[in-house]
Amino acid sequence: MVQVVPAAEGKELTAMPQYTTYQPKPYRPRMSAYWYLDQWHYLRYAMRESSSFFVAYFSVITLIQIAALNAGPTRYAHFQALMHCPVIIVLNALALGFILLHAVTWFLLVPRVALRQILGRPTPDIIASAPNFMVWIGASVIVALFILGVF
Amino acid sequence: MSSAKRSNEPIVWFLFGVGGFFAAYFLPIHIILYGLAFPLGLAHDPGYDTTLALLRHPLTRIYLFVLLTFCFFHAAHRIRLTLSDILNMRHLNTILAFACYGGAIVGTICTIRLLAVVP
Repeated sequence: MVQVVPAAEGKELTAMPQYTTYQPKPYRPRMSAYWYLDQWHYLRYAMRESSSFFVAYFSVITLIQIAALNAGPTRYAHFQALMHCPVIIVLNALALGFILLHAVTWFLLVPRVALRQILGRPTPDIIASAPNFMVWIGASVIVALFILGVF
Repeated sequence: MSSAKRSNEPIVWFLFGVGGFFAAYFLPIHIILYGLAFPLGLAHDPGYDTTLALLRHPLTRIYLFVLLTFCFFHAAHRIRLTLSDILNMRHLNTILAFACYGGAIVGTICTIRLLAVVP
């Protein structure tokens, strides 16, 4: 229905009301580039996700090791010398720390989600993730025995 | 939904998830032994011959192939999300995806090649 408005101050009447098209802007809170330093939880999240850089780092180190083994004893000695370099030892220690953080958070998270799906009720983290930690220890011992040449 | 428009996210999340387990179960002991204990003299390094003999075994090579491939894709997916979320690089999403998954594919090809030419 078109409402007829009497002409005021010489303005032409328009048959259809005019609308301004208005696109509301989405609300975007301003975020600091260093937002992950604001809270311990954010920092822990950022550290856990950063473990991925160290996973990539040590996978590449393992590739270098395989290449050195393929290339002969001299090249493998070079690889061992590289591993003795203090910078690499510090990097390896950092990598271990970050990957342990990844491992522990991963082992705690996955059964929490999976068991809740199966049982339909929450389970204490320590019980839910105990099998993961046992598999971890078992796998580490077996791999270590192979690497050390016991088997 | 047509198959052409189906998202490829489940594939990368699957690789990420399985890789997360492999990285958690097996990488720490590799770092502890090869990265810290042997260089620092805390454990006896079995040396070239024993390590090469271990690498020659087909099961070792299958293990290393599975471990490294899943670790590369796990790392690629998480590095992509870390850079876009934590360092606010979301506008570079396509470039990041190419660089990360491309890197994982290159890593996988290198792994296959190196494991195939073990003497």
